[in-house]
This record gives sequence, structure tokens and C-alpha cells, in this order.
Amino acid sequence: MHGTFDSSDIDAVIVPVRHFSYRRVVLGRFMRQPIAMTAALILLAIVLAAIFANVVAPADPFQTRVARRLAVIGTEGRWLGGDELGRDVLSRLIYGGRISLSMAVLPVAIGLFVGGFLGILAGYAGGRTNMAIMRAMDVFYAFPSILLAVAIAGALGPGMMNGIIALSMVFIPPIARMAESVTTQVRSYEFVIAARLSGASTGRILREHVLSNVAGPILVFASSQVSVSIIAASGLSFLGLGVSPPYPDWGLMLSALRQSIYVNPWVAALPGAMIFICSVCFNLVSDGVRRAMEVRR
Amino acid sequence: MLLYILRRILYAVPIGIGVTFIVFSLVHIAPGDPISALLPNEATQEMVEAARKEFGLDRPFLVQYAIWLGNAAMGNLGTSIGSGRPVATEVASAVGNTFILAVSAGLVACVLGFLLGIVAGLWRDRPVDHVVNLITIAGVSVPHYWLAILLVIVFAVDLNWLPPLGMGPDRSGGWQFDWAHISHLILPTIATAAIPMAVIARTLRASVVDVLDQDFVTTLRAKGLPRQRLLWHVIRNALPTALAVMGLQLGNMLGGSVLVETVFAWPGTGFLLASAIFQRDLPLLQGTMLVLAMFFVFLNLVVDLVQSATDPRIRRA
Repeated sequence: MHGTFDSSDIDAVIVPVRHFSYRRVVLGRFMRQPIAMTAALILLAIVLAAIFANVVAPADPFQTRVARRLAVIGTEGRWLGGDELGRDVLSRLIYGGRISLSMAVLPVAIGLFVGGFLGILAGYAGGRTNMAIMRAMDVFYAFPSILLAVAIAGALGPGMMNGIIALSMVFIPPIARMAESVTTQVRSYEFVIAARLSGASTGRILREHVLSNVAGPILVFASSQVSVSIIAASGLSFLGLGVSPPYPDWGLMLSALRQSIYVNPWVAALPGAMIFICSVCFNLVSDGVRRAMEVRR
Repeated sequence: MLLYILRRILYAVPIGIGVTFIVFSLVHIAPGDPISALLPNEATQEMVEAARKEFGLDRPFLVQYAIWLGNAAMGNLGTSIGSGRPVATEVASAVGNTFILAVSAGLVACVLGFLLGIVAGLWRDRPVDHVVNLITIAGVSVPHYWLAILLVIVFAVDLNWLPPLGMGPDRSGGWQFDWAHISHLILPTIATAAIPMAVIARTLRASVVDVLDQDFVTTLRAKGLPRQRLLWHVIRNALPTALAVMGLQLGNMLGGSVLVETVFAWPGTGFLLASAIFQRDLPLLQGTMLVLAMFFVFLNLVVDLVQSATDPRIRRA
């Protein structure tokens, strides 16, 4: 253990990151979990396919073919079927990852920065600053999460940016709450008090002592929110509040193909299956990271 | 206890006010002049002027908020652009339908989640725990609107056992306790209950495991307490956590119902909200949100009070 403080002071979730090989220890523990590793590899494959969609996808996702309208799974040239305009569903699923995954990950990233900043500020400053920030967060917390996103996006109108803004508002309060509670805990540790007594500036204490100790738990919590985010983000698109047609997006595709469940039911289920797979994998990876970071008892 | 109840109610008041403020702001974050968002497109100049006066849009923001809040408190939530009827009437007729779905899904989620969580916790790391783990991981990750569509594909399209949409055979929206109505309720209930059921089961499993690891359980075991009596101790100690998560999940179910009700054309508040968004009917959006959010605040208050009744430690904090 690094430093001069007693390791028994450290809670299960708070681990010192200053130890030089700590990241490698966590990575090693993560890689020894077969389920989490498999989930991570599946996600990696989906992300890579989305990034290099122009190489991977067998067809142009925008090209319509009347003869291939609602083609069944296994049709030549439309291996996963055709949509209501005869476009290749497989290619649209691959391209769709670009928008769907961005709309899921960006709000959590924004929530991580804004919520993390507000939470650490509230936790470290304490007193009235804490009261003001956390009570404001409580108000946003008083809405069921998807409802809040739907209402904000509904008022702002359709569009990918509006969807991202609306979802960010959902993830800032819980991340801020988490950051506040860990920071409050870390602030009272002896090594922080010692740093303050030895004349370190507030900025330096925050940077070197607080941030390095709260970053881990906050990151783990934020990563657990990505699976929630992808369901909510595609839900917004499903309601027509995400990107507008003809851009491929899983939620939007699900909503369009839903009209044809009597003709071609299983093609209609595919975009939702992508959302489900990603959500499960994000959950498993986040669980794996948390387990890898746990201090062994 | 009485003091605690009073303190909790006092704490809920500023939250409630904050919630109304956010709901009010919705119309003002919408792009364009709020007046154009509140009136139909074909509104005449006189209508615009009259509305500007009625809503006080020529006055400062906070005065507008006060006027709006006063109207809302009197039950006046404005007029729906789409139907031309008062928003309060529209919301009132939808709330009951959502309530039916919420009660049905809430019961299923709580009972199943409770049972699965207890069973998994008691038989930790045994096969039954792994099976429950699989079910709950799928449950917390499933997009409920997709589950809804899958259910329709299997049970309505393929098997033709259950109706794919609507609330009853006559489309009137009334509710009766007969098979015709209950059959319409089954699929929406499953789709709505899936996520809360899984979250409740996971939380309960964790708290059962926690309780089983405590010293007093070892003592009870050592003194030879029968298994059934031990089970009661475990449930009693896991109950406050379970109640808290159940309450929160019931509230989140209201949020999730937006999508499920859309898929099943269930004439509740979620369906209303979706159609308000589709038609850019902001007064309707605002009114529905206000009612749902205030209900959520109230639900949280009730959960806190029930939780404190089952766990005396909370009252002292």
C-alpha cells in the first residue's frame, strides 16, 4: 500500500490509485473474468463495425429497392431482410451503431464531467455551497428518469443534439450525488487533513488527493449508467425525438419496422435486439470493472 | 414519529415547488415564442393578444410562473392544442387508465421480484441463484418497448392468443373485470413490470446476502432456531431496503409507461404524453408532466414514511 495512512481507513469502494501498478492489477483482474471479457469483446466488435461501417457494411444503408421491400431474413443481398423501403437492414444496423451508441455514451460522459464537477465541489466545499447544489439536484431527482428526458426532448423538439441535452440532464443528478458522497468521505481522511495543514493549496489538494481517490468510484458508477442510457436514448428515438429519417438509428428503425410486424415480424425485432445486446454487455462490463476494483477482504 | 412525519412533509414542499418550476420552464425552453407554442398555428391576432394577457406573457418570468402556478392549483392547466379541450379533462381521463396498468404491473413486479430476490439470496451461489441472476441481468437490460413488441409478435401475431393493442374490446376505454378486458392488460403488464421486477430482485438478493452475513444470524443459527423462523428475521431486516427500491421503481414505471403505452395504444398518461410530443402540443405536455411529477414526489414521501415505520433507525437520523 502506498502512502503513510493506514489501509484499514479505506472503504471498500475507495482505493488508492497512486500505486504505480494499480491499473495493471485491475486490468488483470478484469481479464480473468470470462463473462465480462466476452461482453467487452462483443461491444468492441459492435463499436468497430460502426466506426468502419463504410468498409464492413455489405450495402449502402440509404439505397432503396422496391423489389426488396420487407424482404425476409436470408434473402440474397438482404441477409437480415429489407425494411419498409427495401433498404438493407444489416447495413442499417451496422451504420445505426454510430448514432445510437453516440446518443447513449455522450450523455453519460457529459453527466460524468458536469455531475462529477458539481458533486466534488459540493462535497469538498460543504456548508451552503453543498446545500445549494444538492437541493437543486434533488429537484431533478424528483422526476422519473425517462419521463424527464422525454419531457425535455419533447419541449426542445426532435434532433440528436436535443436528445443528448435531455439525457444529460437525467445523468447529471445521480452522478453528482455519488460524487458528493465519496468526496465528503475522502475529505475527512487524515492524509487530506495533513495536506491541508502542511499548507497545500485547495487546487492542489483537489487535484492530487481528492480527485485521484474519488475518480475510481465515480467512473464505475457512471459506467453502470451507460446501459440505462442506451435504453433511454433509443427510447427517445423510438418516440421520434432523436435523429430524423432517413438516418439509420436503432430506436428509429424499431419504430418504423413496428408497422410491419404482421408482414415480417422477426426483421422488426432486430434493431431492438441490438439495443438489448449492447445494454446487457454494458451491464456485464460495468459489473466486471466494479468487481476488479473491489479491495479484497 | 410525528415530528419525523412533519419534517419529511416540510422537506417535500421545496422539492414540489422546484418540480413545478421545471415543468413550467418546459414551455420556455421550447424554441420560438412561447405564445406560438401555446396556441394552434391558425390562431388569429386577437387570440394571440388574449392569450398573451391570460398567461401574462408580457410580464416578468417569475410573475408568469406565479400566474401559471395559481391557475394549476385551481385545476386550470390550459387548453390542449390538439383537441381543443381543457388539459385537466384530458389528463384526468388518462390517469385512471395508467393507474390500472401501474397497479397491475406493480403487483407483478413486487411479488415476483421479492420472491426471486429472497430465493437467490438464501441459496447464494447455487444453481437457482445463477438462474435468477441470468433472468435479472436480462431484466435490467431489456428495452421495455422492444419487449412489448416481442410480446405482440409472439402472443398476438403468431399465436393469436391475446389482443395486440387497446384497452378493451369496445375501444371505449372503460374498465371491467372480465376476460375481454383482462386479456388486454396482460401483455402491457409484463412489458411494464420487467425492469422493476429485475431491479427489485437484485436489490433484495444483495440485502438478504448482507443480512445472512451478520453476526446475529450466526447466533440465531447457533442456538438452533428453525429455518422458517430464521427466514422471518432475514425478511424483517431486508424489508426497509426492499420497500425503498420498490417505491422508486413504481415511480420509474410511470416513466417507462410512456413507451409501453405507445406500443400498446393504452389510453393512459404515457400515451397522452407521446401524442402531445407528436403534435407538439406543449400545454398538454406540461399538464401531463405536472401531474405525473407531483405524483412521483408524493410517492417518494409515502415510501420514506413507510420505510421509517418499518425501520426505527431512520427516524433517529
